Amino acid sequence: MIRLDGIHRTFFMGEQQVHALDNIQLTIAAGEYISVMGPSGSGKSTLLNVLGLLDKPDSGNYALEGVETTTLSERERAGYRREHIGFVFQSYHLIGRLSARENIELPLILASMPPAQRRPIVDDTLQRLGLWKRAEHLPNQLSGGQRQRVAIGRAIIMKPQLLLADEPTGNLDTQSGADVIEVLEALNQDGITLLVVTHDPALGKRARRRIRMVDGRIDQDKIDTKEALRATQ
Amino acid sequence: MRPSDMLRFDLQVLNRHRFRTLMLLFAMSIGVAAVNVLTGLGEGAKQFVLGEFSMLGKNTLIMMPGKKETRGGMPPITGESPREITLADADALTRLPGVIRVAPLIVGVTQVSFDGLNREVTVSGTSRTFFDIQQLAIRQGKSLPDLPSDMATPVAVLGSKLKAEIFGQKPALGMWLKAGGYRFRVIGIAEAKGQALGVDLNDVMIIPVASAQALFNQEGLFRVMIEAQSEEILPATQARLEKLMQQRHEGEEDVTVITQDSVLSAFNDILNTLTLAVAGIGAISLLVAGVLIMNVTLISVTQRTQEIGLLKAIGASDHDVLTLFLTESCLLASMGAFLGLIISQSLLFIGRTLFPDLGFQTPLWAMLLSVTVALLTALMFAWRPAKRASAMEPISALQSKN
Repeated sequence: MIRLDGIHRTFFMGEQQVHALDNIQLTIAAGEYISVMGPSGSGKSTLLNVLGLLDKPDSGNYALEGVETTTLSERERAGYRREHIGFVFQSYHLIGRLSARENIELPLILASMPPAQRRPIVDDTLQRLGLWKRAEHLPNQLSGGQRQRVAIGRAIIMKPQLLLADEPTGNLDTQSGADVIEVLEALNQDGITLLVVTHDPALGKRARRRIRMVDGRIDQDKIDTKEALRATQ
Repeated sequence: MRPSDMLRFDLQVLNRHRFRTLMLLFAMSIGVAAVNVLTGLGEGAKQFVLGEFSMLGKNTLIMMPGKKETRGGMPPITGESPREITLADADALTRLPGVIRVAPLIVGVTQVSFDGLNREVTVSGTSRTFFDIQQLAIRQGKSLPDLPSDMATPVAVLGSKLKAEIFGQKPALGMWLKAGGYRFRVIGIAEAKGQALGVDLNDVMIIPVASAQALFNQEGLFRVMIEAQSEEILPATQARLEKLMQQRHEGEEDVTVITQDSVLSAFNDILNTLTLAVAGIGAISLLVAGVLIMNVTLISVTQRTQEIGLLKAIGASDHDVLTLFLTESCLLASMGAFLGLIISQSLLFIGRTLFPDLGFQTPLWAMLLSVTVALLTALMFAWRPAKRASAMEPISALQSKN
């Protein structure tokens, strides 16, 4: 589903040149569950941004479902983000003036879906994420775990194939973190490709495929054969 | 995005930042109201002045004593006042070719009393021809008698308002009024009419010119009204008239002759310029509102950097973000403009109620212009900030600390 070939991405921090992604080769199949770990500044967030078409690599090729994305226009990239990719951020990034329902509905609005069609889809998502009773609440009336579930609802409302999560439990206590992970993994079970960037080794270990990054390179790419075997059985 | 969704989204933003929204609406509405009120006032003044002067017929010339110089130069050292226009001068004009009627005019204010009632009254001393030139009809009784102009008779025709105020419902014809040291018998009541040359014809006592000369102890005429045969010969008549007066006054050019058209067009020019000038002043406040919108949109873009990043991450294109911010400011501008129209129209309505004579009314062009300018300035000034928002890189916007 995803093929990265010779991806480079360099930033300038003042005078200093930072090679955030250094010749990345990566292939991801549909339905995989991947964690990306590594020290700060190892380029894992940059990798996630490039995968999510939020950032453009300086060189290299990125094929998403067979389409070369590096030559797409800004508008086409926005379209791909809308239709094929869901994002979950550490700090939720909910819009404060909008209720839980309206936050979840936002991608459908951006996709110009008529209101009558949006309603059942949003209702369904609210129910699935256990937010039905909180639908009309504003983000500041929700707990951290609930906010992250709203953010997940917004990420999956368009039924994307790829779900990218950047430290999804970073701002949550253990219990709500576990709830959120459970939701994400359930989505993966249903077939969505899940990529989680995390500092948390416990969370990282849950993924079948674990990528470790150091200095912008993929240092380790391990597939848990036991897990993989069990999954295929 | 669907337009209705975009509208709802923007309204939620405006509602959320209520104070900011109110301030901007306030600024915008003041700008639009300023343009509308000021042009409304200008237009009212113009209508008033033009109405005042168009009471004269198109064929009428007015002669007044003194030469109004339009060229510069030193004033005469002797400083003597110009020669007066006499009744004999006025009579001489009657014999000029092309002249149908001549009405001399003396205007003054005097104390008039009847049956213990005292009142200041504007008195016009003139002749029977005055009624024809002013198209002033007699409602009751008769007009001034057709006598030689230098013959004084103690008779008066009253304006309709003056009659009502002195006599009420009682009959006035045949009654004697006391004015100054003289007595006048009321022989006629004039039909209601508007103003002419600054004199309210409804509130005036009209007496023979010779009587007015005696009453005010004044020889010279205030004005002479001359009606020519047709509009076409007006310039020729004016020239002959000026020549005759020069002959009669020993070669001195010491009278001024004006036509209604010349006065009207001069006033029209002046008042149009005035209206445009005040509209310009109003437009400046609109511009100020525009700058305000720019600043606020800039602040809004900065404050909502993360939101912009998020919208882009979930699939909003540059174009979507640009339209979102532009519609927001347009929405503000149109609401402000609407509010401004309401404010200005209510103010002008109050003005019309207080001063019914002045037709305070914003011309349609000013309304359309102010609303258009409001929308355009909003668009123009919001363009750069909105463009900046749309050009933001999604990740850096998401990671910004604001």
